[in-house]
Amino acid sequence: MANYSTNEFKGGLKVMLDGDPCAIVENEFVKPGKGQAFNRVKLRNLITGRVWERTFKSGESLEGADVMDLDMEYLYSDGEMWHFMKTDGSFEQYAVEKKALGDTVKWLKEQVAYTVTLWNDNAISVTPPNFIELEVVETDPGLKGDTAQGGSKPATLSSGAVVRVPLFINQGEVLKVDTRSGDYVSRA
Amino acid sequence: MVTDWRPTATLEILRERARLLAEVRAFFAARGMLEVETPVLGHGGSTDRHLASLNAEATTPAGRERLWLQTSPEFAMKRLLAAGSGPIYQLARCFRDGEVGRRHNLEFTMLEWYRPGFSLDELIEETVALVRRVLGRELGDEAGPLRRRRYRELFREHLAIDPFSIELAECRRLAAERGGLSMSGASRDDCLDLLLSLAIEPHLGRGGIDVVVDYPASQAALARRHRDPEDGEWVASRFELYLDGLELANGYDELTDAEEQATRFDEDNIARRAAGLPEVDVDVRLLAALAHGMPEGSGVALGIDRLIQLALGKSSVAEVMAFATPRC
Repeated sequence: MANYSTNEFKGGLKVMLDGDPCAIVENEFVKPGKGQAFNRVKLRNLITGRVWERTFKSGESLEGADVMDLDMEYLYSDGEMWHFMKTDGSFEQYAVEKKALGDTVKWLKEQVAYTVTLWNDNAISVTPPNFIELEVVETDPGLKGDTAQGGSKPATLSSGAVVRVPLFINQGEVLKVDTRSGDYVSRA
Repeated sequence: MVTDWRPTATLEILRERARLLAEVRAFFAARGMLEVETPVLGHGGSTDRHLASLNAEATTPAGRERLWLQTSPEFAMKRLLAAGSGPIYQLARCFRDGEVGRRHNLEFTMLEWYRPGFSLDELIEETVALVRRVLGRELGDEAGPLRRRRYRELFREHLAIDPFSIELAECRRLAAERGGLSMSGASRDDCLDLLLSLAIEPHLGRGGIDVVVDYPASQAALARRHRDPEDGEWVASRFELYLDGLELANGYDELTDAEEQATRFDEDNIARRAAGLPEVDVDVRLLAALAHGMPEGSGVALGIDRLIQLALGKSSVAEVMAFATPRC
């Protein structure tokens, strides 16, 4: 991979730091009155998701990371691995470990496309679409006529996620949910 | 076809910028100072190890020459002072390679002025008056009180160390820890610079103007040095002015000794060689002017783009420039 110098660090650039692939979040050029120039850089570790703040001397460089984001459809889980297939017509499949799947495990639905991040051709993380439609498999019975009030109750969705829903929602209904916040949006 | 042809500042901001520049000129006109314009291209450049100069090839009567784009108009203005110009100011376009960011632009406008016969304290007072004038029309007198802060006192307060006496190894360890990088082999000044930027600067100029004085003698650049009356330590006779965490101005009790100046240029180039940086041609005409005699006095350089940015409540210099570097 190519090396990138601090002045090429832009949001989204993927680089290697301490052996892990990272995405640049923010890069600030810092220079005291008459002193040496530095770059204060925020990087998101693509494996742990943690954000690191590091300082580099201006002009220093980091090796690029062979990281790609690909659209893949979720197929099934065999209990140990979760299997996804590229949506580019190649039918190429990737097996994803639980660790890489992280919180996305509770938003999985067959035939939905997810963004799978590959590093050196291994899946390191899976990002769900921002909105997903899922069926309610368990919740307290809906309260008729209670469509205006602000109350809410927990509902378990077919993917396993538990979200707060309005009191009028019933088991078996399909809901639109925001996967970033875990909030109920509407009936689908 | 590219889509980013539009200005990085709004037209409204550009009108405000023009008005503030007129304020600056009115401020100096009222004080009887002469506005000057000196060349952007010169035979000599800044040797400062921390400034990267751009150069240009040009055909002149002397043939094909390498000329330097100025990093500040300092040398040419000092030659004017030596020629007897009296107090002068300039809104000068300057160039510093690699300096692009929220607070930096590859080329920018420096407001620089020189006051023969002024002490550093008198110049601090005038600089603060100028800053308040530019901010004042917009914000009332919100620049707040003026605080004079000693370099050493700031390090004691924010980092609990004495920057003059701390062991180099300890200084490196602390800088590495704060910055999350290796500082092995770094000089004391490099470590102190990093600590100042990361741990101190963000706190400066909050709710008032901070003027930092008594820098280490090793950071004197083109300023005189004097002994601290309190502890006898050599310090640089210079100041920096901060507002809202931004360094706005850098002032010197100007070095007028040609020999001392020549020595510092040579030391800079030796340090450049050692660091694998290109050497910069020394401005021999500045040295000749100093040898002829430059009146004693003080001078200051102020980043006018940053001051305008603060006056107009913007968060980057790009927002007060017609076309900032990425779109130049």
